[in-house]
Amino acid sequence: MAEHVNIERRRQAIYGWILLSPAAILLTTFAFYPSLATLWSSLFSRETRRRPSEFVGGENYTDLFADPTFWKVVVNNLIYAGATIPISIAIALSMALWANSKIPARGFVRTAYFTPTVLPMIAAANLWLFFYTPGLGVLDQIGSLFGLPSINWLGQPETALWAVIIVTIWKEAGFFMIFYLAALQTIPEDLKEAADIEGASRWTYTRRIVLPLLMPTTLFIMVNALINSVKLIDHLFILTKGGPNDASKLILYYIWEMAFAFFDAPHAAAMTILVLVVLGVVAGVKFTILDKRTHYQ
Amino acid sequence: MAEPFVHVDNIAKRWNGQLGVENINLSIPRGSFVALLGPSGCGKSTTLRLLSGLELPDEGRIVIDGLDITTSAPAERNLSMVFQSYALFPHLSVAENVVFGLKVRKVGAADRREKLTRALEITGLLGYEQRKPGELSGGQRQRVALARAIVANQPLCLMDEPLSNLDAKLRASVRKDIKKLQVDLGITVVYVTHDQTEAMSMADMVVLMKDGLIQQTGSPEELYYKPANTFVAEFVGAPPMALIKSEGVPGFERATTIGLRAEAVKVVESGKGRLTCKVSECEFLGSETFIGLSHPAANGLTVSMPGLKHIPAGEDLEISFADEDLHFFDDMGKRLAG
Repeated sequence: MAEHVNIERRRQAIYGWILLSPAAILLTTFAFYPSLATLWSSLFSRETRRRPSEFVGGENYTDLFADPTFWKVVVNNLIYAGATIPISIAIALSMALWANSKIPARGFVRTAYFTPTVLPMIAAANLWLFFYTPGLGVLDQIGSLFGLPSINWLGQPETALWAVIIVTIWKEAGFFMIFYLAALQTIPEDLKEAADIEGASRWTYTRRIVLPLLMPTTLFIMVNALINSVKLIDHLFILTKGGPNDASKLILYYIWEMAFAFFDAPHAAAMTILVLVVLGVVAGVKFTILDKRTHYQ
Repeated sequence: MAEPFVHVDNIAKRWNGQLGVENINLSIPRGSFVALLGPSGCGKSTTLRLLSGLELPDEGRIVIDGLDITTSAPAERNLSMVFQSYALFPHLSVAENVVFGLKVRKVGAADRREKLTRALEITGLLGYEQRKPGELSGGQRQRVALARAIVANQPLCLMDEPLSNLDAKLRASVRKDIKKLQVDLGITVVYVTHDQTEAMSMADMVVLMKDGLIQQTGSPEELYYKPANTFVAEFVGAPPMALIKSEGVPGFERATTIGLRAEAVKVVESGKGRLTCKVSECEFLGSETFIGLSHPAANGLTVSMPGLKHIPAGEDLEISFADEDLHFFDDMGKRLAG
């Protein structure tokens, strides 16, 4: 009798492992192993022709913390995330609320908002390069109509990062809008009617009913936007290459530069590990604290 | 009778030329329970939405409590509403759902708490304040919707098929609760339903609708004993009134159709009946058995017999009835006097 139970239990366990294995194999090959390998290589010194690689412990990390460019890039990335995430979410939400109301040419409005998302980032960057180019660019042409001086948006340290931020927002807001639109359509019409009967204004209804019901979507978008703020650097290659004077350099671009322009893999690996740690902490906060405060239907 | 509390004057609503409702006239006295009854698509919900202000009429006038509110916003009409789906806010607790409107109207916190407690007490929801709608049963959710409707103490409450999402047993008990609530609070209720049992048992006044038009307005007794036309006759009552072509019963040539209720039909010995029918089915209900009869000139003929009866289908049965139990309708289906 007990033997049968044991066999059955073992069978269930094997069954479970079989179901688990595809995901486990893929994740191990492409996520866990590379992460560990990166961590491992970040603890060794750079290999040169004269000196072989040797274990240096946390030295690569101390180097980074002493590197002013690293701090510059971190601050840049914080500004970049701090601007792109809330602004693109706010724009996405207002576009969604508008595109969800009864307006003429609703389909056209939605398509128009979504178009930037369909473009590859490189194409979008080329488009914006045409906007930003001093003298020839659309912005300057419009400015000159009003007698404004020509501005090299991408070429000066004060404006370069913001010019890049605007491109990202333009690119992302439409994408996030689609998620909000989908979420808005799951809110039953009669909630609005019930609120109308109670005398709630459109603003009260939006604030007390719609926004809380959109909270799971907002959270999802926030996580996505955060990942993008670290991940999305294609446009830097076209627009500024991190310049001028590192003014628009973001962390992933710096990692790429470190690894493939300066051929300093250990420092690149150390930076990668730092990014992973930060993103891991954010994910932890999302799954523990924020999820508890959110209403999931 | 004094000035009616709700007065609906000849309103009409059409969508893209298609008929919604037409020629709706209603006079609803204060404190009464009015049921809008009819099959689906008859315009009863549209009429309710016109009253609530969620839709605006194309024609006509609506007066509530002496004020012309034909084009007013829903919130300006001093009414509350219970939705078929309850329309509870899923992310808010029971307490927050109930006081939502009070908060919007900036009622003070102490006053709000007092009203909340009272509303929850009446609906038997005390102790559930902090639950979310998703954690409640269907019947409890329905009571939250009721509590939300009565908390503001509005004189008029509109209910759009509030019981249709409940199971049959619960429906019967909630029906009594709603009726009691309406009497205790002295509010006027306009209640939409497609279930004639609900309408007949709860309402002081039933408005039977079909195809966007009112067929008959009156007390449940009037609808049952004096149906205005063949549609009302066939809709009201279980089983509905049987309709017999007047050729089938000699002596009543002035009418086109003759109506006959099941309780007026008696089974008699062969040779003494006025109609000879064939048994088509037996429906056992416990205290009685409805025996469906078929006759070439009649439609829906049923006789009720006490207790369990089983008569094989196809057997001949002779029936009789008294002349005073007959209802007469003309060729347009309208009731003839007498």
